[in-house]
Amino acid sequence: MHQNLAIEMKNISKTFGEIKANDNVSLEVRHGEIHALLGENGAGKTTLMNMLSGIYTPDEGTIAINGEEVRFSSPKDPIQLGIGMIHQHFKLIDVMTAKENIVIGQKGSFFTKGKALSKEIKELSDKYGLDIDPDKKVYEMSVGEKQTLEIIKVLYRGAKILIMDEPTAVLTPQEIKKLFNIIRNMKEQGCAVVIITHKLNEVMEISDRVTVLRKGKSIETHNTKDVKVSELIELVVGKKVDLSISKDKIEEKKELLVMDDVTVLDPEGKNALEDVSFGLSTHEILGVAGVANSGQKELCESIAGLIKVNKGRIFFDDQNIVGKTPREIIKLGIRMGFIPEDRLGMGLVASMDIVHNIILKDYQNQPGIVLRRGPCIEKAKRIVKELDIQTPGITTPVKKLSGGNIQKVLLGREIDSAPRVLITAYPVRGLDIGASYKIYDLLNEQKKKGVAVIFVGEDLDVLMDLCDRIMVLCHGKVTGIVDPGKVSKDDIGLLMTGHTMEEIKSGKKEGELND
Amino acid sequence: MTNPIRITKRADLSRKNEIVIRILAVVLSIVCAGLALMIMGLDPIKIFSSIIDGCAGTELRIKQTIVKAIPLTIASLGIIVAFKMNFWNIGAEGQITMGAFGATLVALNVPPTTPTAVTLLLMFICAVICGAIWAFIPAIFKAKLGTNETIFTLMMNYVAIKFVTYLQYGPWIDPNGGGFPRIAQFTQNCILPSVLGVNIGWIFAIICVVLVYLFINHTKTGYEITVVGQSYETARYAGMNISKIIIIAMLISGGLCGTVGMIQASAVEKTLVAGIANGYGFTAIITAWLSRLNPISCIFICIAFAALIQGGAYIQIALGVSSAVSSIVQGLILFFVLGSEFFIQYKVSLKHKDKEVA
Repeated sequence: MHQNLAIEMKNISKTFGEIKANDNVSLEVRHGEIHALLGENGAGKTTLMNMLSGIYTPDEGTIAINGEEVRFSSPKDPIQLGIGMIHQHFKLIDVMTAKENIVIGQKGSFFTKGKALSKEIKELSDKYGLDIDPDKKVYEMSVGEKQTLEIIKVLYRGAKILIMDEPTAVLTPQEIKKLFNIIRNMKEQGCAVVIITHKLNEVMEISDRVTVLRKGKSIETHNTKDVKVSELIELVVGKKVDLSISKDKIEEKKELLVMDDVTVLDPEGKNALEDVSFGLSTHEILGVAGVANSGQKELCESIAGLIKVNKGRIFFDDQNIVGKTPREIIKLGIRMGFIPEDRLGMGLVASMDIVHNIILKDYQNQPGIVLRRGPCIEKAKRIVKELDIQTPGITTPVKKLSGGNIQKVLLGREIDSAPRVLITAYPVRGLDIGASYKIYDLLNEQKKKGVAVIFVGEDLDVLMDLCDRIMVLCHGKVTGIVDPGKVSKDDIGLLMTGHTMEEIKSGKKEGELND
Repeated sequence: MTNPIRITKRADLSRKNEIVIRILAVVLSIVCAGLALMIMGLDPIKIFSSIIDGCAGTELRIKQTIVKAIPLTIASLGIIVAFKMNFWNIGAEGQITMGAFGATLVALNVPPTTPTAVTLLLMFICAVICGAIWAFIPAIFKAKLGTNETIFTLMMNYVAIKFVTYLQYGPWIDPNGGGFPRIAQFTQNCILPSVLGVNIGWIFAIICVVLVYLFINHTKTGYEITVVGQSYETARYAGMNISKIIIIAMLISGGLCGTVGMIQASAVEKTLVAGIANGYGFTAIITAWLSRLNPISCIFICIAFAALIQGGAYIQIALGVSSAVSSIVQGLILFFVLGSEFFIQYKVSLKHKDKEVA
């Protein structure tokens, strides 16, 4: 039995400063097993896996690979032992081909041996059911293809143990299906696969066993088929939570914001948004779905006045706001909270404390030249309390807070400013389950107050539960605005990949669409 | 396969440990400088005591140290304002030179009968404007066209210095100088008075420290500058007028450097020379960094630096050692103090001697 263990981590502890990121964590992963590592943000999943890939070394505890105890001193060591990590953000070089990306950084010949390599890659791909064109350049690839390439890259290096950090975050439902097939193939080939995730439905679908981490401790390991979703949630959160998103239809609507034929060009002169038209009403949450970088950012920024609109008009209360400065638009009552992938890129200043981040939207209304902190201190205290932000104090730099708490600061500030239009992009990105639901509640509250909300989201289940309508973007074009009550998740997935509603309805492409 | 040294970023360092590391750095620098001096066959004890003697041994020497600390402090403040915004203004040298030019422009053209207060005020205003203009040029290009401010401000230094050289050899040459390429000495009403035996610049420096501190920490513009420096995207998103903020910050930065030029021309050189800035504009970059862009600590760092410059100059004369000796001492102190920053940011630990990976 012992030899059958691919990974055995025993009583691992790791402390950063005063924070115990991992406290006596144990994990066992067998060969030929798909093992899900489930936990909220900050539960210590990534820290644990980083120790397995040699990025950190544990303060205490032991790691054994294939039954042999090891101690890694650099990320190279685990690679030699056949451990491959696929990060959330791809580490690929855009201007190179798939093939070049695979061999880069490898020891051996200086020149890439063309044909032999292509053959090798072909064999690997066939073995695991991967589909890739070795000569395609990375910048021409879709997100799904890039991920496939990342997988081949680690397999080429001889990985038998794969660690995937939230691999589905950027994929469409169709791409997720493909990925899961690949993972199952790897399992059949005897690989051990660890998937870090916080999406419960995926745990249920793909994993054989699941280990739950909470607050740095390993709570329990279960056979997935013997455990219910509700039990898992309880394990993850530590208490029972109500996981329903309420959706009240409010009839008294008034159109507040209208986008009319808006086109935005990206720096290279390509259409980032193309002839986008839609209306947004009070008492409404409009969802925006789409594969990453389909124009969501440009959509938000064009309304907020942060980028140049090349064509078209945007009406707010029958007033064209195209060409207004961001400050004028803020004064009108339009607020945007955009959570970028690095969370801190836009909206917050990492090194400043909560008070100074809250002043950001207020100070311009203060008279005189002096910066008044007083009112903002009160506000900061209130936001911290209302949103239950975990922080040592309101004078702690926000970069020292956990991701979820950082997001609460941002959203709390925007909501507190009593907006008329609230644009939130990825507000729950990286948030734990409890915090996410808190945020959905907050958005619903705003909707009840009559705020027109735009919710750019990633998780289709959530979009369908929360939003009154969903607009789907693909390559900057609107492929459909649908009522989530009347379409299926797969339909939205198809819209995301560029099919139109008519095509889906007529079902002409059914055969090819569903593989 | 094993690397015995591990470097990790420190999560948090207590104030006490930080101070210990810094003191250790200074001690180590003195030890190393001592060794270097011994290798050169000099007596380190004698050299060090002479340096201290040279910068603080007599009242006059203390005054000399303060005279050197004044331009350094004000120029550092100017740099701090720009660096807070992540605007790499390394053009302080040129801005000082142009400030001195502005002061001289007034000094050479007012009638000698003008009251001292009036001339000095006019010189001051003109110096600030000239310094600010010199900073405004790279600022407007950065704000409107996104040019690289580092190269731009650096090059502006040479333009300013060459321009003054031209004046010194050409249009402004002293007619009574017997053909010697120099600009006429200022008349008495163009010279800054002394307070407690040192030119009034030290009071300016203290006032500037307080003002810059209040400006950065307690005004809306100061806040905006910090936000732009920390996160350009966030500033945009908050509706800040970034171009305006860049320009304001640089006008202040250049204006402060212009003040330095005024003090150097009026109180120290009592005329304009091409080398008026005397490297203070560059040294101030180091002092600004060492003070971690904090105006209050900046004043102490600048006094320490001035003492080092003054003491270094003294040992050349008093002990007859070459200028290289004082450069070595200065260089080693800098090396260790700047190097200690690394140990404040990162933790270096030796790996436990455990079993190695098979």
